[in-house]
Amino acid sequence: MLSTPSLVLAIMLFGLGVVGLLSRRNILYMLLSLEIMLNAASLAFIAAGARWGQVDGEIMFLFILTLAAAEVSVALGIVLQLSYRFRTLDADAFSEMRG
Amino acid sequence: MINLLWLIPVLPLTGFLVLALFGGRFTRQQVAWIGCGSVGMAAFTTALVGGGFFQSFPDRKFYHQTLWNWIDTSGITVGISWYLDALSLLMVAVITGIGFLIHLYSAEYMSGDDGYSRFFAYMNLFVAAMLTLVLAENLLLLYLGWEGVGLCSYLLIGFWYREPEYGTAAQKAFIVTRIGDTAFAIGLFILFTQLKSLSIQQVQSLATEAWPVGSNLAAIVTVLFLIGAVGKSAQLPLQVWLPDAMAGPTPVSALIHAATMVTAGVYLIARTHHLFALAPLVQEVIAVIGLTTLLLAACSALVQHDIKRVLAYSTMSQIGYMFLALGVGAWSAALFHFLTHSCFKALLFLAAGSVIHSLHHEQDIFRMGGLRRHLPWTFWTFLIGAAAMSGVPLITSGFYSKDWILWSVWSSPLSHRWIWFGALLGTLLTGLYSFRLIFRVFFGEVRTQPTGEPGLAMRIPLVVLAFFALTIGFLELPHALGNVTLFSHYLSHALPTMELLPGMDEWSEAREQLTVTVSALLGIGLAAFLFLPGSNFAARWTDQSTDRPSVTLLQGGWGFDRLYDRVFVRPWFLLTRNPGEIIDRGYQWLAVGAESCHGWMSHTQTGHVRWYAATIVVGTLMLLGLFAM
Repeated sequence: MLSTPSLVLAIMLFGLGVVGLLSRRNILYMLLSLEIMLNAASLAFIAAGARWGQVDGEIMFLFILTLAAAEVSVALGIVLQLSYRFRTLDADAFSEMRG
Repeated sequence: MINLLWLIPVLPLTGFLVLALFGGRFTRQQVAWIGCGSVGMAAFTTALVGGGFFQSFPDRKFYHQTLWNWIDTSGITVGISWYLDALSLLMVAVITGIGFLIHLYSAEYMSGDDGYSRFFAYMNLFVAAMLTLVLAENLLLLYLGWEGVGLCSYLLIGFWYREPEYGTAAQKAFIVTRIGDTAFAIGLFILFTQLKSLSIQQVQSLATEAWPVGSNLAAIVTVLFLIGAVGKSAQLPLQVWLPDAMAGPTPVSALIHAATMVTAGVYLIARTHHLFALAPLVQEVIAVIGLTTLLLAACSALVQHDIKRVLAYSTMSQIGYMFLALGVGAWSAALFHFLTHSCFKALLFLAAGSVIHSLHHEQDIFRMGGLRRHLPWTFWTFLIGAAAMSGVPLITSGFYSKDWILWSVWSSPLSHRWIWFGALLGTLLTGLYSFRLIFRVFFGEVRTQPTGEPGLAMRIPLVVLAFFALTIGFLELPHALGNVTLFSHYLSHALPTMELLPGMDEWSEAREQLTVTVSALLGIGLAAFLFLPGSNFAARWTDQSTDRPSVTLLQGGWGFDRLYDRVFVRPWFLLTRNPGEIIDRGYQWLAVGAESCHGWMSHTQTGHVRWYAATIVVGTLMLLGLFAM
């Protein structure tokens, strides 16, 4: 199958992203991991679109791109505020909302 | 002018809305103008509409006006529509006319009260609801008005809500009448499922076609309607609320618990008389209920200490007369007694209010006395009211209406002789309790010093009502005394006339009337003999406050309160208490369980964003695993 290698790559990228998200404590690295996961999903969409000969996969990629841009701009704003208030980028330090 | 009909209920409703929304911003004088003005305008409109109605009256028997569709789905169409015929025009005229006089009276009577605008708002709402009740073209709209007047009755009985007793009295009135209302509602449901219509006229013609005389369905529906009417009109066995309802301000008692609302049951039965004609047995029950109530209430009225409670029991007794007339098929006689009764009973209540007003809210008749000289206006109007109630011959309206009822009972094929004798005893008791009140309150020595006569706003309604209490009876005179039939002729276009038994001629009528007159006068004479201060018996009979068991029984209204307390209220509380605790425990366990679960679950809320991400990942994996399987 043509699309198998790209799907395997997408799964690997997604797994790396998840592991990065869970293991990293620096919030900037966590955001990077999130970006990797998003790109893995986009890759899977494009591979599927190519497999079926449909344009939908590429359209989804464009959506995900926009989403990622929006997400990053909001997230970076929050990170800026967090570093300003807590003087650190350690995600475990921001546990004010403990139930 | 007849197309102004819709304005009649809308005007008091507008008054209510204005006073309820902006009442706090007006001065007392403005509130009184709005409150009285809206009802006065309604009375004026009624005069215009009545003029329009009479222009084409005998040819066109009713006028029908639909404003809009209230409910319109498949299978049911209910309109906000009014139906004006001879019967409803009579009711509307009484409600707006007497309503206006009582509003005028209240403007002065309530002037020292904090809830001035609240009072007028409730009163206006009551008038609007009562007009809806009597003008409704269909039974659902009638039921809306029916519940509306019940609500206003509740609000106004508990008007002085800071006294817990008054609140209890209001709740009692509301709950007891609710029993009747529920039965009435069930009757409506049965009628609708059977006949697929709620329009009063349509239902009656359909029922007359579909059901034979004496059929079970007709009996069930009419019995349910009767229970509703009995609850609203304070007849046996749902009469216990009316004496306690006297907790409200006196104008409220005059308007709601004497002149208009309590006669709604009479109106309902008269309005659906075609249905009742299909159930002769139920009609007989109505007559028996009426007779029993009128005798029991009259006995209770004889021994009450509170001036308003005497009048409350007398109201029950007089409505008993109306029910009696309905039961023997004398529809017009019942409505005639309604007309005269609403004049003289409103008059009596307003005059009693004037007495209470000038004695600093003293209501015990044993602490009154000798007011004849101090309050001449009140005395004469009260005397006229009492004379009309006890049926003093020739000059008072009550004589003619009560006489007509007794003559109908005597001559109706639906009646029995013993019912007539019971009603005759009732006339004697009426004279006795009415004049006991007069002799106690206005004769003898002064026990509480009065402050003086009321002002003009209270005196005008008294005089106007006294005039009507004397003269309104001349609308219908018996054969022996001029044979005027204006009233029965007028109502014969809406209600059937009664057939007489064979052999009833003018001579037997005159003989019967003479007996009734003698009985009423005997009652008054007996009252003078027993209660006029200075008579030999007076001293012995004044001492009614002793704890003789018979007197206590009568004072408590024949012990119905205690009976209902034992039979219904206490077992119910018992039922709600013991198993209630067990059921409550179950719910408590539920609450405790939910709380501990919540405490346990809240440990997962660590505040660490990576922990949350991990739970999402684990959850997703589990879901995927579930799908993969």
